[in-house]
Amino acid sequence: MGLFDFLRSRPRNTAAMATERLRIIVAQERAQSGRPDYLPLLRRELLEVIRKYVNIDPDAIDIHIDRDGDQEVLELSVALPEKPRDPAAAAAAAGEL
Amino acid sequence: MTEIIVVTSGKGGVGKTTTSASVAVGLAKRGKKVAVIDFDVGLRNLDLIMGCERRVVYDFVNVIQGECTLKQALIKDKRIDTLYVLAASQTRDKDALSKEGVERVLNELAEDGFDYVICDSPAGIEKGAALAMYFADRAIVVVNPEVSSVRDSDRILGLLASKTRRAENGSGGVEQHLLLTRYNPERVAGGDMMGINDVKEILGIEVLGVIPESPGVLTASNSGIPVILDEDSAAGQAYADAVARLCGENRPLRFIDAQKKGLLARIFGS
Repeated sequence: MGLFDFLRSRPRNTAAMATERLRIIVAQERAQSGRPDYLPLLRRELLEVIRKYVNIDPDAIDIHIDRDGDQEVLELSVALPEKPRDPAAAAAAAGEL
Repeated sequence: MTEIIVVTSGKGGVGKTTTSASVAVGLAKRGKKVAVIDFDVGLRNLDLIMGCERRVVYDFVNVIQGECTLKQALIKDKRIDTLYVLAASQTRDKDALSKEGVERVLNELAEDGFDYVICDSPAGIEKGAALAMYFADRAIVVVNPEVSSVRDSDRILGLLASKTRRAENGSGGVEQHLLLTRYNPERVAGGDMMGINDVKEILGIEVLGVIPESPGVLTASNSGIPVILDEDSAAGQAYADAVARLCGENRPLRFIDAQKKGLLARIFGS
């Protein structure tokens, strides 16, 4: 630190930024570790099947594996849109336009 | 009882080999019989850091493949009687190591009365690194106070907790120690390097030691003398402290506070 350093603006505390970013990413990665590798594929295939009948948002599927003692529970939640659309009807409607 | 200690990190270039060499020397100086094994097949460097690169005749892979005996491949250190180095192969690929082969070598070292076997892991999480940690009783996780090193170390901690013999047979898991290297107290004080407690809190394991960034580390590797033998350097003393803690001694951390600058340095900058 030299005589005129106080004139320069002090850089932000980057160590605190590093700590905060690491806290978040490490917590996220720990939560993911130990999950079976097939979950993302399972999620994608389920999405495709459901979309044959109901046009849902890609984010509308939530898959969790919870461990309860020595039992594993696969929890699947699908949020349906408020007015379920029939894909065939939707296609027909699109054709009329 | 032989204790197997893996020195690992995930990320490369953080000081695994420097640490392996210094911990091995430190334990041997305390009268323990120590073997240090380089698991980095294809990119061996422990021999250079230990200063025995011209004495490598047979290596770890030769022993595993039965091309020589373990005794022929162990290089006796010229400074300390109870210290031996087992070099990695420079010419083979990493598939030359096998779990059975590594286990056989470790068992033979135990039969020969070694107190400690230090496994110097390669960077990454592939076969060499996986085998280096598999049989470990304790792990020294080497971390720089820097985002990519900390994140990679957390990955390694996850693997230590699941992909090791102790984890698989339920014998309490691998004891984990955090070793912070390249620590710069001035930069921590200035707010642009994470401090000991930040890293400790993120990773959630106990600190074995803090090695300050020190010119002694480079001069030691230049000359093939493990830095712990340079008793004048801060890094050498910090490694000696870490080894003492590894042996159960209680020593306070040193070299973790910023040096106060003199008046002239403050006025004219440094």
